[in-house]
This record gives sequence, structure tokens and C-alpha cells, in this order.
Amino acid sequence: MSLNYEDIGKVVPGLDREFQRAENSASQIFKLDRRQFLKLTGIVSGGLMLAVAAPKTRASAGPLNPNGYVHIDENGITLYAKNPEIGQGVKTSLPMIVAEELDADWSKVNVVQSTIDQTKYGMQFAGGSMSIPMNWDSLRRAGATARAMLVGAAAKQWGVGPSTLTTKDSYVIDAMGGRKASYMELASAAAEMPVPDPASVKLKSKDQFNLLGKRITGVDNQDLVQGKPLFGIDQSIPGMKYAVYEKCPAIGGKPNSANLDEIKALPGIHDAFILEGTNNAMEVMPGVAIVANNTWAALQAKRNLKIEWDETEACTDSWSAAQASAKEISEKSGSSVVNAGDVDAAFENSAQQVSGLYTYHFVSHANLEPQNCTAWYHDGQLELRAPTQTPGQAVMSSAKVVGISPQMVTLHQTRCGGGFGRRLYNDFVCEAAAISKQAGVPVKLQWTREDDMAYDLYRAGGFHQMDGSIDSEGKITGWRDRFTTFTNGGGRPVSGGGMSAGVFPGGLLENLSVEQTALEWKTRCAAWRAPGSNVFGFVVMSFLDELAQAAGRDSLEVLLEVLGEPRQLGARGMHTGRAAGVVKLAAKKAGWGKDLGSNRGMGIAFYYSHAGHIAEVADVSVDSDKKVRVNKVTVAADVGPIVNLSGAENQLQGSVVDGLSTMLGLSVTFENGRVEQSNFHRYPILRMSHTPEIDVHFVESDYPPTGLGEPGFPPLAPAVCNAIFAATGHRVRTLPISEEGYSIA
Amino acid sequence: MKLKVNSETIDLDGLDPATPLLWVLRDEIGLVGTKFGCGISQCGACTVLVNGKATKSCSMPISGVGDSEVTTIEGLANEDGTLSALQQAWVDLDVAQCGYCQSGQIMAAEALLRSNPEPSDAEIDQALDPNLCRCGTYLRIKAAVKTAATNLQSAG
Ligand code: FES
Ligand code: FES
Repeated sequence: MSLNYEDIGKVVPGLDREFQRAENSASQIFKLDRRQFLKLTGIVSGGLMLAVAAPKTRASAGPLNPNGYVHIDENGITLYAKNPEIGQGVKTSLPMIVAEELDADWSKVNVVQSTIDQTKYGMQFAGGSMSIPMNWDSLRRAGATARAMLVGAAAKQWGVGPSTLTTKDSYVIDAMGGRKASYMELASAAAEMPVPDPASVKLKSKDQFNLLGKRITGVDNQDLVQGKPLFGIDQSIPGMKYAVYEKCPAIGGKPNSANLDEIKALPGIHDAFILEGTNNAMEVMPGVAIVANNTWAALQAKRNLKIEWDETEACTDSWSAAQASAKEISEKSGSSVVNAGDVDAAFENSAQQVSGLYTYHFVSHANLEPQNCTAWYHDGQLELRAPTQTPGQAVMSSAKVVGISPQMVTLHQTRCGGGFGRRLYNDFVCEAAAISKQAGVPVKLQWTREDDMAYDLYRAGGFHQMDGSIDSEGKITGWRDRFTTFTNGGGRPVSGGGMSAGVFPGGLLENLSVEQTALEWKTRCAAWRAPGSNVFGFVVMSFLDELAQAAGRDSLEVLLEVLGEPRQLGARGMHTGRAAGVVKLAAKKAGWGKDLGSNRGMGIAFYYSHAGHIAEVADVSVDSDKKVRVNKVTVAADVGPIVNLSGAENQLQGSVVDGLSTMLGLSVTFENGRVEQSNFHRYPILRMSHTPEIDVHFVESDYPPTGLGEPGFPPLAPAVCNAIFAATGHRVRTLPISEEGYSIA
Repeated sequence: MKLKVNSETIDLDGLDPATPLLWVLRDEIGLVGTKFGCGISQCGACTVLVNGKATKSCSMPISGVGDSEVTTIEGLANEDGTLSALQQAWVDLDVAQCGYCQSGQIMAAEALLRSNPEPSDAEIDQALDPNLCRCGTYLRIKAAVKTAATNLQSAG
């Protein structure tokens, strides 16, 4: 058993420490028994287990409420969902885990989004595909604890031993005595029972699962299809005004002056003012706020704003300049990340060498729900309704911005119209708080789509000069990656922009060198779905295919050869046996090797990220005008046992569509510090008619379950690019592939 | 000014006639099921029916609506309060991920099925291509439209 946390870290501010601790502890875990392991994982997951494992010595009478996740009274069962719902399905899957061990009748359970309370719930966030692995054990124990108390209460009432009783569908059953009692009837008696130590409650074995692994529809679906106000943008507070905020299009610019009087005289305008901000892109950058009676008045006024910007400190980032520098840098060596064996000697003694410069552009998150937040600052308190992935961080940052203690902030979690990493950062929350404070009224801050694209924290572009060698038998003997990335200062690569020893084929090839050079970049870059992996997967899996093709070999065979014997690569790395398992399954299901005719080909790619082992095979046709049609994508995933089959399949299909969308035509370019794209007409997200058939398969291994929000993304682009090569003999080395003249048919 | 929404007539006073229907629905009437995604007719999140036709409410000024019938996602359920065939198919097939695009998708599908009760795959693509789903739920959307069409046929 291992904690597979490769490339998960750094996605959530403040989590680094937790991951570091997890890493330090992970090496010991192999030596521990299961019981000790659980204690330890409790500690490494931010004190979560300890928090859950600190029950009241005696629950009070009334509802059964032994922990933060379960509430049972005579009216029914309520389960609390602790983490933000951003489309990854955790508002359904996390309570399902509790319900399984509780043996609750899922069809009658009421699921409610929990409050933000670190003492009850530990860290609450949506990031790093961590919700399932971090909460799996504690949620099972929360459900089993409540179940034990219900069974105990029934046993006491009936004067029988608890071990003679069973549970099913929210009933405790005495088969011998021919009687049963519902959890609701038993709740208040159960609340009188001592709360058992969650670490010692008995858990089900996998074959006893009734609910987990089934297809369960999302708990919000009834409300969603009726347009109920679930999202951040749907919130309102009595007396609320509508705010917009205009910042300098080049980060670092400040408003010298603005036509505030003119703006205030416009119809429906309540107030307009300059905010100095904190000059931190994750809090409040300087800008001009407009507060209006409705959104339309605010948007109209925003269009009429005339701001004179002081751009002395403003950024001048330029993508074309970065491209030119990267070309130069790629010819020289950078600082070493990995240096195994002797790459130079391998190149010298090789039968053949292969080289190529891989490039990928910056991209934006483009959540469909533009950033927004409802805030009310009054009497030294702040009330927030925020679509954020990191509610705890939102409380801390906004408290700091308005100058109060975090205890004075109440944050209500809302459903998020997409996350993808964008909402790990709470700039829009801080802005809403600052605007409410200044205006003295409750406000809903609404970003436009143009704001969203101009003030994102982007997935950084990058450049990889790849060199590799093969011997006379067609075996790969050497691999070198000279990577040019970006830094937001201090030389440390931006989040998702740093290579590490674990990146494929780290630990798999004898002679391997990875070097890295970071270009200065002022525009903020940050986590974007499967940080790092979402681009490294493209580079390394494409280049592996290049080497296989140069050797005249089948790329599936070469991939399996590189993976080698089944083994665990370090505490945080992949298991090569699980990797080979999904590679073989995807190839088999896709019919790898069959004749597809001319102008059509298959490509395969595997990537390990966020503790998930995933392989994808793309079947692609390309015509003479470089029009690409993706006929089918076959996915094989090993993420341990599946919690919600419907949600899991949806995540993988969505990752394939997102992967395809992004690789085909998405690019954010910068000139003079400004983003050149402004709305969806220049950021063409994939539409229905271009969606391929997607066939998903799971290997349900017995490893602890891991998350699925991210790991399905990285293998898609290389699988498609390898298929394009198979169809045309042309190697694509740039993302998006529209830069190489391809378009979607 | 009067607006007919979901079979009710609503009086609206003092509004800029250029205000897009989207913001009137959301800010003035409190029908927030219709979503804002782009503001320039590119994403379909704001799709409603105007006299039964799929319309991007972000780009339809209130002055242009006149006495047309507007239907929003809130007005789609059956008269007895049960979910319509499309809504039910969306729940049964667990279509949504984040769910933000889905009211627009359902409204576009509603317009399609009203005019074409047995759409082909290509016709579904054509009718729903204006609607983006950032989470990539297109396969399930298509399956739900077909399920609803089949259920309506067998019920009808
Ligand atoms: S908001 Fe109307 S089409 Fe995007
Ligand atoms: S479900 Fe998220 S945008 Fe469609």
C-alpha cells in the first residue's frame, strides 16, 4: 500500500505542508500494520482523522449526530457533504461512502452541503483529485460508527447481543427474533449510546458493498433540471447591489484616474470608486469598482469607463518573445532535474538518434460560470456566498483584505459552475468583500467572460527539446528533455510548470537527463486540471512513440517494454504492473493492430497522475486538408474500487472531451502584457458534433480508491497525436494542433 | 412594460428597453435557472424559448420580446409538478457534471423535440451545437435527448 501523490502537491495554497508530511510518513507506511496506517493517514490528511476520531464522550439525547457527517432523527437521515462540488461529483460520492457503511437506504437519504468547519471536517477543498483518497477511510468510519450505535441501541432494547443483529436499508434487523426497527425510530436511543472509537469500528469487506460501485445519479440533479438556485451566480442577499470590477489588462497597472463622476451619473448606478487593492493577484489587484441596481446597468457603465492606467509596473509579457528565447535556450543545457546514467555516452554509442522540439501554448480555465461572489461586509463581519474550490482559504484571504479576523467570516459553499483549478484561487471572493466594505452594501460581484479570460491564472506554456537514442535492436538507450518553462519570480517554476524525477520515464530508463530553465513571466500562472501532467503527458508519450516509430517497432510493445516488470516506483510513483494492466486492456478493447485502411490510424498513450493509472487509445482519420476526425477513444483506468460508476464514467468521458478540446484549438497568447483572446469566439471549446465515441473500462483493483477529476486528461493529446502519425506519417509537436494547420472535421 | 414568462404576465417598470432578456429574468424576476456564460451568443447557457424557439436570452433585448411567450427552465415541469420527459431523462442518465450549462442544453433540446419529435443524431448535433458544455457531457446529453424522445413517443 502506498500514498501515490505524484504531482498532486502545490495545487492548494497551504496544502504543501500536508503533502510534505504525507511524503515523509509514506516511507514508513510499508512497515506499519493497517491499524497504525490508518492512524498515520489520519495525521497526514490534515488532522482529519483526529478530528473525526475525537467524538463527544457521550452523545446528547435527541438526534443521532456522532460526527460531522451523519444526522438521524425521527424524520430521516441527513448526510453532510464536506467538499466543494465543482462537477467532479463529490457531493454525491462522498456521502455514498458514509451511506454504505451506515447501511442507509440511499433513495431516502437527504444530502446537505456542510458548513466550513475545520474542527469537524479537517481540510475542505476540491483539488488534486484528493477528495476520495483523503476521505475514504474517515467517511467509512463515520458511517460505521453511527451504524454501531444504532445496532447497540436496538440490542439494548431487545435484550440481545449486537452481533446477532444485521442492518439493511436503514433498518436494524433481528432475524432470530423476527423483528426490525428503523434508524429513525432508534435515533434518540442510539444517541444515548457511547460513541465507539472510529478507529476500531468494523468495516465492510468489498464484497459486502451494496451501494458503492453502482450507478447513482447526482444528488442535485432534481434541482438542477428545474433551474433551482444552486450556483454562486444564483445567490442573493436582501438589499443586494450588483458590482463589476475593471482591472488593468496588463497585470501590475494601477488606475491613475477614472471618469467616476460621469459613471455615477449614469442611470441605475449606486456608486463607483477606485480600489487600491493589495497588489496580490490572489487577493485584490488595483482597479475601478462600479456598484449598480442591476447587472445590466453595471455592465453598461463598465463599457463607458475611461481609466487612465499607470503602467510603470505593468507586465509586458510576450508569447512571441518567449518563443524566440526558448528556441535559443533549448540548444544549451539548463539546471539539472534528473541525471541518471550517462546520456551522452548512450547517444554516442547508439544506432540511431531522434530529436524534436515540442511546444505547448498557455491556456485558460474558462469555467462556464464566470467568476462571481456575493459578499456583505457589515459591523466588522463578512458574509460570503462563494463558488470556490478552497473555502477555507477564501475565508483567510478575504478576512485579511477587509481587516477582520477569520472568525468573523461566514462562508456558504455553493455549487461551482466548473473548477479545473481556477477556483483554488480566491481573487474574486476578496474583490467582492473589498467592494462591499467600501460601498457599505451587500454586493454580488459579477465578472464578465472578458474579465474571466483576461484575469485568469493561466496554465503556462512550455518548450521541450527532446533527444533520444535507440540501439541496433530498437531498444531505447537514452532520453534527454531540455525544458524551458516560466517563473513568476525567483526562478521557481510556476505551479504545474516544474519537472520532477517522477515524470515518465523517470525510474524506467537507465540513461535519462532532464534539464530545466525558467523564463521570467509576470502574468500569474497556476494549477490547471492535472497540473504538469496535462502537458508533460503529451510530450513524453509522443516522444516515446517517435522513438518506437524510428525503431520500426510497435509502440504498444515499446511502451510495455519500458514499463518492464511489475513494481512500485517509489512511495509516490506509479506501479508498473497496474500501468501495464490498463495499457493492455485499452489496447485489447480498442482492437489495437487491426487494419483501419488508409488515412486512418490508432495511437496509444499511458499516463500516471493524481494516483490514477490511465491508458487511452485514439482512432483517428485525417484527410488531405489536415482535417482530423476522432472516431473513437478507448479508456482504461485503474483507480482502485469505483465509488459511483456513473460519476466515474462521466469524469473520464469529460476528461477526454476536455483533452480533445484543449489540444485541438485552445490557446491564450500575450502581447504587451495583455491576453489576446477575449471570449469563446476566440477560444473555441469543443462542441457536441465533434465529440467522438468514448468507451470507458475500469480495472477494479484492490488498492485504496483514488480520484478521477484529473488523471483522465493527460493521455488524450498524445494518443490522438500518435494516431495522427499512424494515419499520416506526420509528427505533431505543437499544442494546440491548430498551430500546425490541423482542424477538426 | 409587460412580459409573458412561463404562462404568467409580469409587469416591469423603469427598465432600459435595451436590457437583455437574460438579466431581466435573473435580476428582476428572480428566475436564475437561465445562466450567463458569455454575453455574446457563443455558449448557449442563456437559452430560453421565445414562442417555442430556442433563443439566446443574453442577446435578445427586452424590447424585442413584445408579447411573445417566454419559457424558461423553471417553466418546463408538467402541470402536476412532475418532471417533464426531458428533465427526467437528464436525472435518470445523470447527465450533469458541474451542471452549469444544463438548463441551456435542456431548453435547446426542448425546442428541438417540439419541432422534431424523432430527431436523428445529426439533427441533435445541429440543434445542440450552439450550446457549450465545458465539462464535456455531450454524449450523455445526446443520450438523454434520445431517451426523452422515445419516452414521449411511447407516451404520446
Ligand atoms: S450567455 Fe448567451 S450565449 Fe452565452
Ligand atoms: S456540465 Fe459543466 S458546463 Fe456542462
